[in-house]
Amino acid sequence: MQEPQQFKNHLLETRTFSARILVTGALVVALAVLLLARYYSLQVVNYENYATQSDNNRILVQTVSPQRGLIFDSKGKLLADNRPSYILSIVPENAPNIQETLKLLQNLLTISDDDIEDFYTSLKGNRRPYQPVPLSYRLTEEEIARIAVNEYRLAGVEVEARLVRDYPEGYLFAHSVGYVGKINDREWGKFTEEQVKQYQGMHTIGKIGVEKYYEEMLFGKVGYRHVEINARMRVLRTLEQQNPVAGKNLQLHLDSELQKTAFAAMGNRRGAVVAIDVETGGILAIASTPSYDPNLFVTGISYKDYGALRDSPYIPLFDRSIQGRYPPASTIKPMMGLAGLSEQVISQSYKIFDPGYYQLENDERLYRDWKRTGHGIVNVHKAIVQSSDTFFYDLAFRMGIDRIHRFGTNFGLGQYTGVDMPNERRGLWPSREWKRQVRRLPWFPGDTLNVGIGQGDALATPLQLASMVSTIASRGAHFKPQMVKSIDDKAMPPVIINQVEADDRHWDFIFNSMRAVVHAPNGTARRIGKDAPYLMAGKTGTAQVVGIKQNETYDSEALQERHRDHGLFVGFAPYDKPKIAVAVIVENGESGSGSAAPVARKMFDAHLLGRYLSPATPPVVSRDSQPASFVLQQHLSEKLKLAQLGVEPRGR
Amino acid sequence: MIQRQHDFIRRMPEASHDLRRRRSLWQIIHIDPTLFFLLLCLTGFGLFILYSASEGNSGLLRRQMIFFVIAYGAMFAIAQIRLGHFARWSLLLYLGALILLVLVLFWGVGAKGAQRWLSVGGFRFQPSEMMKLAMPIAIAAYLSNKSLPPRLKHIAWSLVFVAVPTVLIIKQPDLGTSILVATSGLIVLFYAGLPWRYIATAFAILLASIWPMWHYVLHDYQRSRVLTLFNPEADKLGAGWNIIQSKTAIGSGGVDGKGWLNGTQSHLDFLPESHTDFIIAVLAEEFGFIGVLCLLLLYVLIIFRGLFIALNAQDGFQRLLAGSITLTFFIYVFVNVGMVSGLLPVVGVPLPLVSLGGTSLVTLMLGFGLLMGISTEPRRITSNR
Repeated sequence: MQEPQQFKNHLLETRTFSARILVTGALVVALAVLLLARYYSLQVVNYENYATQSDNNRILVQTVSPQRGLIFDSKGKLLADNRPSYILSIVPENAPNIQETLKLLQNLLTISDDDIEDFYTSLKGNRRPYQPVPLSYRLTEEEIARIAVNEYRLAGVEVEARLVRDYPEGYLFAHSVGYVGKINDREWGKFTEEQVKQYQGMHTIGKIGVEKYYEEMLFGKVGYRHVEINARMRVLRTLEQQNPVAGKNLQLHLDSELQKTAFAAMGNRRGAVVAIDVETGGILAIASTPSYDPNLFVTGISYKDYGALRDSPYIPLFDRSIQGRYPPASTIKPMMGLAGLSEQVISQSYKIFDPGYYQLENDERLYRDWKRTGHGIVNVHKAIVQSSDTFFYDLAFRMGIDRIHRFGTNFGLGQYTGVDMPNERRGLWPSREWKRQVRRLPWFPGDTLNVGIGQGDALATPLQLASMVSTIASRGAHFKPQMVKSIDDKAMPPVIINQVEADDRHWDFIFNSMRAVVHAPNGTARRIGKDAPYLMAGKTGTAQVVGIKQNETYDSEALQERHRDHGLFVGFAPYDKPKIAVAVIVENGESGSGSAAPVARKMFDAHLLGRYLSPATPPVVSRDSQPASFVLQQHLSEKLKLAQLGVEPRGR
Repeated sequence: MIQRQHDFIRRMPEASHDLRRRRSLWQIIHIDPTLFFLLLCLTGFGLFILYSASEGNSGLLRRQMIFFVIAYGAMFAIAQIRLGHFARWSLLLYLGALILLVLVLFWGVGAKGAQRWLSVGGFRFQPSEMMKLAMPIAIAAYLSNKSLPPRLKHIAWSLVFVAVPTVLIIKQPDLGTSILVATSGLIVLFYAGLPWRYIATAFAILLASIWPMWHYVLHDYQRSRVLTLFNPEADKLGAGWNIIQSKTAIGSGGVDGKGWLNGTQSHLDFLPESHTDFIIAVLAEEFGFIGVLCLLLLYVLIIFRGLFIALNAQDGFQRLLAGSITLTFFIYVFVNVGMVSGLLPVVGVPLPLVSLGGTSLVTLMLGFGLLMGISTEPRRITSNR
């Protein structure tokens, strides 16, 4: 088999070769058919799929942001504006070395470590390739110039103009108008499918206040632009466009001058001021102090700033005006008096002797008056003017909790006011049912006494108190408090929740008593009534923060500031034809007459006489400044707990 | 009878005339007209697609035209050389190419982590391209001297000839070219009559070696290419991007395509390498299935013409060489068309005669030049009727 076969067998070779060429030919045909089958499958069978995919590649649906509606005060002053702002962003795919670029940018501009951290967070998030990642907002002209000069070193860096929400009045309306902020994951999670569509490509959403409540109206409707892009996300042309619908403009009842006056009058005290238009229920001013600058939140607040606000003992982020729940204390006495009169539990001339305490039958416990010696013989008028607790213990006892609950509810106590702001709290106006359900305890007569002077379990927000006094001022017309006056020049009509029915002579009587509180020589708020060119009516209140044990006297000097009583005042003016109703709470203000009533007077002066005030220093908490005179050391929530648990009531 | 004589007389001059006329003009200039015509059709069609793929980049196109001129010139030139010379100098040619491949390992230049080029005085070329021709010539010359089918010893030597440059090219690394070079050598063995049982055994070994190859020989990027073939969606923006985009381009072309210059995938840069390896996706997108059909038809016709030339070649060396050149060309086509459509893993094989690039064009046309030479070689035995 080895050597003999050296000779070439040409015939065999040729035959073998020819056979193999034929095999090759067949193979070529077979493989060519295989390739064609593959292309047939891609191009004919699955054509629809790939055609769609190809369109998805090249056609990008961009959302066109609608312009957010503007917010004005009642006099046309702009409270929330959209201002063009230059935003620096980086397209990571175009930046050869992101760290280098960031370092360079930090040398050129002021970019904090927070910004860088934010940047990396967004970079890791859900993102289409070549989509720019924002790094810095609100570039100055100079910064833009510096970037332009260094453009050659900054591949992938883009400067884009975008409308950014701006609050020219700053701290004045931080809680009421609120602010917009970056949409967070929780908000994305809660969106409906339609909302997801609307907010795709949007950056901010209303977070609190009117900005949140009227989000849908302010937002408008996004537009869409179908653009053709290339693989580097460069837009080549617009294929189709659907224009956005701008958000609606809102005009509020708020008067920024009056609001400013509220802050000025509060000075560096913590608390809240609410002023309501008696004739419509429109909110003229609503302030919670201290405040903060809402502009910080618009493009994302830094951790430091946020930490300062969150951890401040003055809890500036807390909206005391609609969320702070305080014992209404003596401010409910006019309402209680009216209740007694119209329920015919007492008459206008009904008198009792006030020895400085009240005692229930078969109960040793003394329900004390704020005045240890008592007020002597008191009728309902004197009880309101001098704020006799004993008289109202007696009245409450006679009336019973059920009637008290029903009457107070008509004034909105314990009810949501329905104000057009989010996160309102409704306070607490106790009833038998409430106590059984929540405390799982029966109602005791002593509970009734405490409620009768606005202490015990009774809690109300400053807005509720303002609404209550406004209802009195309008002789029973209980309006829904409203922030918005008109939407796109379409007026929002006032809404009456209910009408409190009472005899005119009872109204007159209560009006007169409330006027005497301010204008009578023995009224608790007589100091603010002096030399007023108009008549007003009101009622002071002092809400106890710390429980006083039996046989102990209240010594404000000895008490730490945070344990001092809250000062309250509710009132309206002018007396003859009430226009403005005001509720003021000064936390740890010691007495309503000393701390809260003067604030109300300034509000009246401003609204009726045009004597507007401006704060000397903005009552604002920020990273760099914690106002010195806010000496409080403790959180309000704890204080409120104390107030709720404060068993021993006393009112003034 | 008279009639027949008359016939004889009449036929004689004609016959001698015929003998003289056998060397037609095509034969004198050593051009196979059928093959030449088909090549012109293919390269013309290719230029059309390239124009679209390069988005009217005239500089690029002009360069490619110059390459075409050079390539056709090279084809024409090599066709003039007697085939016997190649057989005689085959070993030298092979060794020369081998030395250059070794040089590439040390002084090669290139991009993306691969050293594939030699740069001499500003002129860059790829020695592996040279090997694509040197290899089949060498093995065809070696085997055609032996009695065929080849004996085990000769098969073993042939395999060594194949293995050495293949390994050198893998080292660069250039998997695509190394496969083509190896195949061009192995095809010669196949045509030389390598017994089927050996082929079967080789396939069995190949199958068995897939697992160890996968784990010990392939580079990570090569592994990922294969994995990508089976599941391109796993890494949409990375390894899978090319194949997803090319399939999208092909599929969205439909039956009759989006029209010349209207391909969105290629013109908006979604399709990578659109004027080199993935150019058939541009064709498929713009001319649809009909375009692909025409292109493949042209290729198959060229290959059939090549096989025909191989069948009619005059000696063992020539037909082995012709067969190898033709089948290698088909493998080019199959691998490229298959990989772009996601049938095969992505290896760097251009679409022959259509993709942008000078070196491979010249090599291919040199191969066709050899085919032309084989086709027009004067008959040594003229009375073989």
